[in-house]
Formats: sequence, C-alpha cells, structure tokens
Amino acid sequence: MTVPVSYYLALSAVVFLTGLVGVLIRRNIIIILLSVELMLNATNINFVAFSQYLHNVAGQVFVFFALTVAAAEVAVGLAIIIALYRAKSTINVDEFSLLKW
Amino acid sequence: MELAFFLYFAFVITTTSALVVAFRNPIYSALSLLIMFFHVAGLYVTLHAEFLAAVQIIVYAGAILVLYLFVVMLLNIKQDDRYHQQWPFAGLIGGLLLAEALVLTVERYRAPAVATSEAESVVAQSGNTEAIAEVLYSTYLFPFEVASVILLVAMIGAILLAKRDLQEAPRS
Repeated sequence: MTVPVSYYLALSAVVFLTGLVGVLIRRNIIIILLSVELMLNATNINFVAFSQYLHNVAGQVFVFFALTVAAAEVAVGLAIIIALYRAKSTINVDEFSLLKW
Repeated sequence: MELAFFLYFAFVITTTSALVVAFRNPIYSALSLLIMFFHVAGLYVTLHAEFLAAVQIIVYAGAILVLYLFVVMLLNIKQDDRYHQQWPFAGLIGGLLLAEALVLTVERYRAPAVATSEAESVVAQSGNTEAIAEVLYSTYLFPFEVASVILLVAMIGAILLAKRDLQEAPRS
C-alpha cells in the first residue's frame, strides 16, 4: 500500500470536523442531519482504511453496522423533521426550545 | 499512481463536504453530498473494498439521499436563516479537535509498518465479498441479527412519528 494510513486518518479527521462544525453552526435541521451523515462517513473511511492496513476484514463488517445505524437514523430523523414541520411550520432549530433548560 | 488517486478523491471529498455545510439551499447540500458519497465509494475501491463501494452507492446514494431529497422537496423551505449564533463556540471546538488530530497524526507518523509484504490475507485471496460474508455470518452473526431489529424499530418509529392522526383529531 503506497498511501500511508495517516493520510486516510487526516482525510477522515477533516471530514469529521466539517460535519461537526456543520452540526454546530447551521440552523436548518436538514443540514444538521446531512452533517451527521458526513461524520458517519468519516468514521467509515477510518474503518476501511484500518481494515486494509491491518489485513483484517472485520473493519469492513463494522462499516455495515454503521450503515445500518445511519439508515435507521435517517428514517427516524426525517420522520421527526416532518412531525416538527407539521407542528410549527418551520425547520429552524432556534424555534424549537421546548426541551431547552 | 495510487497516491494520485487518493489525492483526487481526498480533494473532492473535502471540497464537497465543506460545500454541504456552506450551501444555503438544502437541495444543493444534498446534491454535493451525493458527489461526496460517490467519491467515498471510489476511495473504497482503491482500498480493495469493492463490495462496500457497491453498498455505499446503493444504500447511501440510492436510498438515504433520495429520502433526504424527498423530504427537502416535500417541506419546500423558502427562507433559510443561515448560521447559528454559537459559531464561535463551534469554531473553538473544531479548532481544538483539528489541532489534536494534527498533533496525533504528526506524532504517529512513523508508525511501524505492518507487514505489507507478507502472505496476502483472506481479503486478497478469495475476493472481498466472500471474505466479508464469511466473517459476517460466523463471528458477527448476533450483531447482524441485532441490526435487523434496529431497522425494524426504526421503521415502526418512523411510521408512528410521521403519522398525521396522532396529534390532530381525524378531520376527513
């Protein structure tokens, strides 16, 4: 493998940070969910890179489980978004302060 | 050669993931996320995980992103206030984590090279899909079943949450 594993780690860190900043600074709740997808993909890149680096296929199996959780998260998250939009007619997260302390 | 491919994929992935956060319109964000998913699949191919690349395209680009686009177009958002008030906080956390990642990367840069020239592993011998299947259905059989339960619970939860009759009295 000519590409060192640290390159993959750096790429994954950059993508994860982009997702984290997206979750923190955006107000549109759909973009927040998209940023969560970015973070999940960053972890998947890490899993596959280490799976190749350590010659162990278990890392790729874990990508499957991460993918399952991502699919479940998308389904439930989008259902929550639809319910919220139906209740308040907005998807701006600043409008939802019911559970805020 | 491999490095050139990696640099291309890494460049496109970082650019499109930044665009996901930066775009004002959610549809453009979702579309740039689509491009990012395709390039992550390409990255998997360079890492000899061909089956995962196919699954990435089918599940992420095919199912998840279509769901996103469906909801974006269903809600039909006109106005979008762009950034949250707490962006200095976000910058602080992001900067700290980035610094930590860079320090760790530089520290571990001379990691001992794991036997690259040894006998090829199961991955290379009998094809990627067979290797994954053997591990998935033997060692990880129980987590595999639990994953199906997670999907079932998510399906029921999504149906319950998006049902109209729960909050309002039936009007029709």
